[in-house]
Amino acid sequence: MSSISLKKVAKSYGRLEVVHGIDLDIAHNEFVVLVGPSGCGKSTTLRMIAGLEEITEGEIHIGDRLVNDLPPRKRNISMVFQNYALYPHMNVRDNLGFGLKIAGQPQEVVDERVREAAAILGISELMDRIPAELSGGQRQRVAMGRAIIRDPEAFLFDEPLSNLDAKLRVQMRTEIKKLHHKVKTTVVYVTHDQVEAMTLADRIVIMKDGHIEQVGTPMEVFNHPVNTFVASFIGSPPMNLVPATVAGGQIVLSDETRMPVPRRLASYTHDGMAVIVGIRPDDMTPVGHGIHDSGETANLSLTVELAELLGTETLIYTRLAGQEVQGKMFDPRDVHEGERLPFRVALDKLHLFDAASGRSVRAT
Amino acid sequence: MIETARGRAVGPAPPLRRRGPDLIRYIRTHQTRLTPVLLLAPAILTMLFVVAMPLAFSLWTSLTPYRLTRPETIETFIGLRNYIRLFQDEDFWAAFGRTILFLAIALNVEFLLGLCIALLINKITWGQRMLRTIMMFPMMFSPILVGFQFKFIFNDNIGILNNALQSLGITDQAIAWLVDGRLAMFSIIFAEVWMSTSVFAILLLAGLFAMPRDPIEAARVDGCNPWQVFRHITLPFLMPFAFIAMTIRSLDVARAYDIVAVMTDGGPAGRTELLWTMIARTGYENARMGQANAMAYISTILSIAFTYYFFTKLVAARRYMGGAE
Ligand SMILES: Nc1ncnc2c1ncn2[C@@H]1O[C@H](COP(=O)(O)OP(=O)(O)O)[C@@H](O)[C@H]1O
Ligand SMILES: [Mg+2]
Repeated sequence: MSSISLKKVAKSYGRLEVVHGIDLDIAHNEFVVLVGPSGCGKSTTLRMIAGLEEITEGEIHIGDRLVNDLPPRKRNISMVFQNYALYPHMNVRDNLGFGLKIAGQPQEVVDERVREAAAILGISELMDRIPAELSGGQRQRVAMGRAIIRDPEAFLFDEPLSNLDAKLRVQMRTEIKKLHHKVKTTVVYVTHDQVEAMTLADRIVIMKDGHIEQVGTPMEVFNHPVNTFVASFIGSPPMNLVPATVAGGQIVLSDETRMPVPRRLASYTHDGMAVIVGIRPDDMTPVGHGIHDSGETANLSLTVELAELLGTETLIYTRLAGQEVQGKMFDPRDVHEGERLPFRVALDKLHLFDAASGRSVRAT
Repeated sequence: MIETARGRAVGPAPPLRRRGPDLIRYIRTHQTRLTPVLLLAPAILTMLFVVAMPLAFSLWTSLTPYRLTRPETIETFIGLRNYIRLFQDEDFWAAFGRTILFLAIALNVEFLLGLCIALLINKITWGQRMLRTIMMFPMMFSPILVGFQFKFIFNDNIGILNNALQSLGITDQAIAWLVDGRLAMFSIIFAEVWMSTSVFAILLLAGLFAMPRDPIEAARVDGCNPWQVFRHITLPFLMPFAFIAMTIRSLDVARAYDIVAVMTDGGPAGRTELLWTMIARTGYENARMGQANAMAYISTILSIAFTYYFFTKLVAARRYMGGAE
């Protein structure tokens, strides 16, 4: 249970640099999720923390120790791997107790801790089975049991749920959350699934191409994405992004559709500024089906191209300034293709990004 | 009857009605019964000629005083007398014990050496293919040639080993490699190991290539130093491959004949006599085929015992091989 800090950490494979000098401070007992598209360097970063990859440049501290040159066994961390990485020739009991045994704990202590961990994860009946005789979900639990059984400085998870089916994934997600409440400790969790990131994290680190794009609480990154990448990556369905220009206090889309610049963003914009408008589907609803006109709103008239019924809401695919966008209809009624609907946009939730850099106008 | 979301769940299915004349049905059923027999006939016949008949023939001769020089003796039945005589024959049991010792030493040395070679080759990244090929060279020679080769290497007068030892000044007299009983045994095992270590090396290398990386990394994170990773993760994973090699090799070594026959022919004074050299001598030189076949039966049981032992180990180890992912 320690803080972890990364200072200008970079990783190169040969001449190819895949992680470009990232800085990150993870607090004691914090649950931090590294999220980003596949290949962005999440695993590499995690494995550098674990000591499984050399650190090319920069420093990693766990607690107050510089760990750059320490082998994994001296870092006192636990890791859960994507493919579970159980020891195939050992039964569940030995898999769980292996780390303690290697550490030279007496057999009674090992047995006791194994029993405890198995009870926490509900795998007490599986103790004599070998990994080949377990289902994916059970293997997952054993892998987690093996991680919690020691008293590590930190837990590292590398996409631990990505090999499970959708239902089990949701269930295990909740269990990991509960486990963190029970076993208070520092966690670094890697995933490419933004829903997992949002539900689990105290803080989310969004990565892209070996850079950190944004660090913040789930609400921060959702409500205040610093650029179009974060805006489109976090949230499902993704935020609609439509190019526009600012003219006379109005946002003007390419088809001359206009809406006022939100008051809170007015000071960040100027006439003639090329921007990208970001609107989440939740903030663009047919009149009377979601957004009330109490706040700052704008009205649009759009044609339904496709409607996806989800039960409590309907996802409406439509076109805004020639670009496909999605809106949501809460409390839905039947709509049909080609129907023209009046939409209301919540301006107080609208985002503006600089068209050239993609950065939020508030950030520049 | 129960209504479900997918429709009506019906009760038991109505019986299928058979059609067509009885004759066709008769042919059809009998045809299907005969087909497997016909298809297997070549295999069964081959097995009969190649395995069953020689086995039955040799079993019968082991119950007779059959001498190659007097064919009519094959008709005299003497029961288990050959076997009883064997059980009282000290030379036979000495050869029996020596064969087990030979097997045990050769297999263990080959395993250890093969493991070292496989681990080293697995480590290098450059020239791996070539080394793998070179490693197989000893397997390309006939055991008889290997025997001759080592006979000349170990020869006390003209052998290059003694020659080298003397030139280097390590010893000033000729060491009687193939004449001293212990040294002769050592020399034979050396030749055997030289020839066959690559069987282990190749199979263990295949095992190392197939080894998943994840459990090794997990073990490193779990606190293992490199030796512990090897001891607790790599080695158990490799054992099935070692058992495959042992199964193959135990059959090989248990019938080791060529190298011994060429290098010492069981000498000096029978101190490198293994089961098969003894059997061949009894059967062909002394022409006592009945007695020889009785010995052969007993050594076959030894072979089967070794093979069975390694095979059960292999089956046990294979159980977990699917759980690596
Ligand atoms: N051993 C390696 N050698 C060369 N390139 C690698 C190696 N491991 C990973 N990479 C590259 O580094 C980048 C980041 O990989 P990784 O950290 O695994 O991404 P992810 O975010 O999907 O976990 C990828 O482009 C990958 O191709
Ligand atoms: Mg990864």
